[in-house]
This record gives sequence, structure tokens and C-alpha cells, in this order.
Amino acid sequence: MVKKITTNKISHDEIIKAESKNLNFFYADGTQALNNVSLPVYENKITALIGPSGCGKSTFLRCFNRMHDLYPGNRYDGQIILQPDNTNILSDGVDPIEVRMRISMVFQKPNPFPKSIYENVAYGLRVRGESNKRSLDEKVEEALKGASLWNEVKDRLQDLAFNLSGGQQQRLCIARALATEPEIMLFDEPTSALDPIATMNIEELMSELKQKLSILIVTHNMQQAARISDYTAYMYLGKLVEFDATNQIFTNPSKKETEDYITGKFG
Amino acid sequence: MTIQNKPAANKNLNSIRKTIANHKRYDFIFASLGTLVIASLTITLLILFLDLVIDGYPRFNLDFFSNFPSRRAARAGILSAWIGSSLVLLVTFIVAVPLGITSGVYLEEYAKKNWFSDLIEINVSNLAGVPSIIYGLLALGLFVYSFGLGQSILTAGLTLALLMLPIVIVSTREAIRAIPVHIREAAYAVGATKWQVCHNHVIPYSYGGILTGVIIGMARAIGETAPIITIGALTFIAFLPPSPIGLEPPFLNFEWLDSGFTVLPIQMFNWISRPQHAFHVNAAATGAVIIMLTLLMNGFAIKLRYNIRKKIKW
Repeated sequence: MVKKITTNKISHDEIIKAESKNLNFFYADGTQALNNVSLPVYENKITALIGPSGCGKSTFLRCFNRMHDLYPGNRYDGQIILQPDNTNILSDGVDPIEVRMRISMVFQKPNPFPKSIYENVAYGLRVRGESNKRSLDEKVEEALKGASLWNEVKDRLQDLAFNLSGGQQQRLCIARALATEPEIMLFDEPTSALDPIATMNIEELMSELKQKLSILIVTHNMQQAARISDYTAYMYLGKLVEFDATNQIFTNPSKKETEDYITGKFG
Repeated sequence: MTIQNKPAANKNLNSIRKTIANHKRYDFIFASLGTLVIASLTITLLILFLDLVIDGYPRFNLDFFSNFPSRRAARAGILSAWIGSSLVLLVTFIVAVPLGITSGVYLEEYAKKNWFSDLIEINVSNLAGVPSIIYGLLALGLFVYSFGLGQSILTAGLTLALLMLPIVIVSTREAIRAIPVHIREAAYAVGATKWQVCHNHVIPYSYGGILTGVIIGMARAIGETAPIITIGALTFIAFLPPSPIGLEPPFLNFEWLDSGFTVLPIQMFNWISRPQHAFHVNAAATGAVIIMLTLLMNGFAIKLRYNIRKKIKW
């Protein structure tokens, strides 16, 4: 019997796409939501963040596209280094808009704009100044194909996006995030509002997407993390408890807390 | 199997039904009270309106709309008044709407939240409730004397614009606040700048609410009398301002802004203060016209808003 054992050491042929270094985060009211989190995101891999509610995993995710900058008083401390250009995307000198142009995000609740399907996907391109009709058409089609939504909507691109089902809306949001060819895609519990079939579609889609980009996903669903991710990080109370290859975390976690959480004794 | 529990469950069910019936009584009481209040208000308004229409009925003909005011009640019309009202409202609209919307967007999206923005917020909300005569006094001092704009259509339009501005600002802000956070975040997340978010999302999605504010403001402006009297509008006008639209290029002229004028409520006030009954008929007819204009504007706004909201769902 061949038993595949991953060692505790992460193999060194992985390429780091981004890496948080001693990241602390404070909300405007002074609460510290992240405490010294250092975590790599590998290229063309899916990294899952798991942990009980309020452990800071969404807060951590939203640091990667500087979403916290939208609300006054929030403060970052530490670094997130984006490769290959070695940019600290949390630095004051880096425009959050530039960061968002490189790292796109899919939210918990499908949030299409109240515009047409076409306009939803094209919006990221329009924001970048793309106005050539033919080029827009091509990129919209490509993004919708990438989000495996093209066949369902190709005949009604001018329909309003909220006429789609919840699962279709979420794939539309993925297409919107995909159209701008991001380097990293962030998913904040993308399937928590969806039924099992739509969830399965999105999970399959993520596994395809990682050929092209790197994925960081927050999920409440441990089975989901086990199914799709290559690496898993377990967070608790704003701290990173354990980070390792997914099958290592789920079969042989090195920390007691991780094991308790995964086996359902805690959380 | 728990057959022996069945009677107990039945008894339980009866008491549940009784409780529900008891609680539903409050629904009934509240609904009846609401219907009563709404009905009495609507009926009062309807009676007032019908009374005006019946009193003014003899004067409802084309002549009434195409005649200047006259010493002879039967020949007097509201031509100068409705044209005056229209032109004043045009100025009000052009000034108050863009200024109000941009102020609302600025306060909601751009202004830093601190004591200063709080101060502005309190002021704006208060301004919406300031008696209109105060605006009239302000306009008299500022527009008529300091800026030397005279007792013109421009002055009246600007005065009513001041009156309407807080209403538009408040309703714009309310409409913007109603846009869910996740829609705004979606726009920022693809790399939009603040201006792109405002221009492509925030403002288009708030049109419905803004429109409501604009119409409420316009409806208030059309009936305002006090500030217009304060700035010295004439009550008897037997001429028209120069036409804003010309037949020769550049097709637009702006002399009308400087012209003297009267408006519908002033015309009405003028007639009602005469002793002769015949003029009171004219006043009633004018009142009916004002109410109908207001209703028309509101109806138009509701239709527009409905069309806009049909396309927006979160």
C-alpha cells in the first residue's frame, strides 16, 4: 500500500506570490484584529484561511486589496510583500487603487452592480480606460468563459444582472474580478450564500482558475478548504496558529488547537 | 407513537390560536387608525380642492391663461403669472439641482467626518426648516442690494433655489446612504477611484431618491409667496419678460433674467385681497391651477422614480 505522506516542510519549488510579514491590524476603535501574522501565498496555489467567526481571517484577506482604507481610522502595521516586484502593498507610498488593480476580490454575498451582465464584467476594464468596443467584447467573453458562465448568458448579455440566480450572480462577480487579469484573487466566503450545486460549480471553477493566478480564500466550511486548497492556515483570535500543506493540516496537524478545531471539539 | 399526547396537543393548539387572535387585534386597531387618519386628511384636501375648482369654474377657459391681469375681473388672466412662475422655477431648478446633488455627494462621499462636517450637517437639516420669509430677507439684502440684481426673475429664482437647496441635499444624502456597502466595495475592489465610484454608481443609483427631493423642493418653491414678496415682486404685471428662446442665433437670450415678474401665488394673493367677489373667483381658479401643477409634477416624479427603481435591485 502506498501511503502518500507530505512532510511538515513545504517543498521549496513553490514560488511565493505574496507574503505577509508580522502583519498587525487595528480598527478605528483601537481593537487589534490581527496579531503578528506572517503567511505566504504561493503562486498558482489555493491558500485557505479557516478559523472560528471573528478570528480575523476576513480582516486579513481584506488587507490584501487595502479594503480597510475605505474606512477612516484603520491602521496597518507590518508588511505584505507582493512579488515579483517586491512591493510592500501596505506602504503609504503605494496607492490602494494600484493594489486593487493587481489583486481582485470576490465577496461573500454576490454583489453585481444593478447594470447589465455585460457592463458588470466590463466595468473593471472601463475603469482602466478601455473603451474599444471590440476589445471590450473579446475580454468580456473571455472572462465569462473563464467563469464558466458564457454558455448561460451569451444570448442575454444586456439583461440586468440581478435577474440571474444566486450562483450565476457569484460567477458573474468572478468574471468581473477575472476580466482585469489579476495576479491574485481573494475570495471571502464565496459560497456561503449558495446552494450545494452552485457551491460545487464555484469550487470547480477555483481549481481551474489557479492555473492562471494565485488564490487566497476565506471559508467557514472546513470540507471546502480540504477539497480545494493546497495550503491551509488556521487562525484564532487574530493570530496565525498553524500554516501548512492542506493534507498535513487535516491529517496530521502539529498543534493541538488546530486538531481540536478540525475535529470539531472546538469552534 | 404518542397517541395519548394528542388531546393535550389539541388544547395547546387552541390556546395558541387564542393568543394569536389576541395579538392580531393590535394589527387591526393600528390599521383602522391609520386608514382613518389617511382618509380624513385626503378627504379634507379633496374638499378644499373641489371647493376651489367649483368657485373658480367660470374662469376655466383659454382666455384665463392667455390674458394679462386687468382692472375688469372678467377679462383678467394669469398669463404673466404662470410665465413668471415657470421662468422663476427654471432658474431655481438650474441652480439648486446641480448644486444640491454635488453638495450631497461631497458631504457623503468626500468630506472627512469630523466636527466640521457635523456642523454642516446640522446646519443643512436646520435650513430645511427655516421659515421662508427669512430667506426673503436674506435675498433682499444679498441679491437685491449687495449684488444689485434688482427685483428680477434671477433674484427670485436664486431665492427659491436657496429654499430648495437643503431639501435636495438632504434627500441626496439619504439616497446615497441607502446604497448597500457591498455594492460600493465591489466598485472599489475592481480599482475604481472615488470619482469613478460616484459617477458610475453612487449618483445613478440615487436618482430615485434625489428626484423625490427635487420634486418636493419644486412643489414647495412653486407655492412660495413670502420670500418673493419680500424681494419686491410686482403684483400687477401687464407685460411678458423677453423670450428666453430666439428665432435667430444664438437662439438663447438672457435678458429675461433681469426682467420684472409676478408669480401665481402672488397673483392669487393680489386678487383675494380685493373687495370685489369677481376677483375672488379668479383667485380660486388660480389656486386650483397651482394645486393641479403640483399634482402634475408629483405624478410625473412618481412615474419617473418607478421607472428608475425597476432597474435597481440589490
